Amino acid sequence: MVTKPTFSQEVANLLHASHGEPLDTCIQCGTCSGTCPVADFMDYTPRRLIGMINADMKEEVMESNTFWYCASCFHCTVRCPSKIDIAGLMYALKRYSIWKHQYAEDAVGPVFSETFVKSILRSGRSYEPVLAPSYIFSYGVREFLNEAHTATNLMLKGRLPVLPPRIKRLENFKKVANRIIPMEGGK
Amino acid sequence: MSTYSYFPGCSLEKMALSYNQSALQTTKAVGVELQELEDWNCCGATSYFHVDELLAYTMVSRNLAMAEKAGHDLVAPCSACYKNAYFTNAYLKEDEDLADHINYALEQDDLKFSGDIQVKHLMEVFAEDVGYEALKETVSHPLKGLRVAPYYGCQIVRPKKDDEDVENPRFFEDLMTSIGADPVDFAYRLRCCGGSLLITSRDAAFRLILELLQNVEQSEADVIATACPLCQTNLECYQRQINQEYGTNFKIPVLYFTQLIGLSLGIPTKKLGIGSEFVNAERIVTYAKEPA
Repeated sequence: MVTKPTFSQEVANLLHASHGEPLDTCIQCGTCSGTCPVADFMDYTPRRLIGMINADMKEEVMESNTFWYCASCFHCTVRCPSKIDIAGLMYALKRYSIWKHQYAEDAVGPVFSETFVKSILRSGRSYEPVLAPSYIFSYGVREFLNEAHTATNLMLKGRLPVLPPRIKRLENFKKVANRIIPMEGGK
Repeated sequence: MSTYSYFPGCSLEKMALSYNQSALQTTKAVGVELQELEDWNCCGATSYFHVDELLAYTMVSRNLAMAEKAGHDLVAPCSACYKNAYFTNAYLKEDEDLADHINYALEQDDLKFSGDIQVKHLMEVFAEDVGYEALKETVSHPLKGLRVAPYYGCQIVRPKKDDEDVENPRFFEDLMTSIGADPVDFAYRLRCCGGSLLITSRDAAFRLILELLQNVEQSEADVIATACPLCQTNLECYQRQINQEYGTNFKIPVLYFTQLIGLSLGIPTKKLGIGSEFVNAERIVTYAKEPA
């Protein structure tokens, strides 16, 4: 009988392209948490999160907002004395949570990321206006108005595109993507 | 004259048009040719890597393979594009199986990754290829007395590549010195601007921007210099909202390092895209003077 992998093994498997040391080398020193500029917005600090993964506390980890607060600044990664790629770990947890469709109810990150990917696959380049619906509805009235004001200014300064950009060899580009993730209509 | 394949990236098409204009103007003035990569696609930013790693590497590889075909090293002005291109290039060179898999996909666009070019950030081109001394010699309008906060941000120095000094880099300061400006010391020069948290976790991003602006203000800098479109947008376009939210009164211009270099080379402001800022930068322009 095949033994089911533990949560910490599952997460470790998602780190295949990361060049860091495995999570169980963590000495719980807290350099990552002390370095992280958004640690106090997180449900659990990076140090604590790694400890929880190593203790297989899957549910608590997946329900936390910690990894969606990571901005990929890699400050923790370059300072970790055990050479764990902590920012890489946060990416892995984001992928895991999207894959399992399991994330905190009010998280904007997963929807935004998925919208972003779809938009690139459609045209080859990113285009701000099509991304807005993925997050703007999570805003309160005041934030919404502030954001509209900023967007208007961007437009007036000629800094917002009116038309979506498109690459020329879009069909080839889609065929390339189809060889990685076969989709409807692909070859 | 050195020639590069140039990957402007999505932001430079519109949001950071002034970065694109000033990059092209300044490189031309110092004898570097940037040939825009034909038909480049989005590098995937951070979002792509949240969803699917393999597809993300494939998208980046398409750009790398096109640069290889053109026969030049690849230059990216955006720190996020640079980081993605640099590390994808490095990973694929190390992992033959991954490269084979991705090359199977790239066949559909008649491309192949072979790993025979280098990836550079635009600032590296000025710091290393042009060099501080040679740049200094071409400066006609030194920015004497201008106090600049050289804001590195994140992905131009992190993750760590080879043996670079990620805790105390000096290349940005040295570059500013060579155009006659005074780089100021400020603690948060390597701290995150919030990146795309501005969209997904506004509370955190706003506080990061606030703290950065406070730190710059304490250093009495006249201007923040950046090397990334996301840093520029967060620090500049959101100053008004930060002031509203926290009752502060920031009015700190944020320019691209290429705009400052351009001023020191006597390039007209319009050609450098100066004038599309939210925080007026006219006062900064007056520092560019021919020595009496």
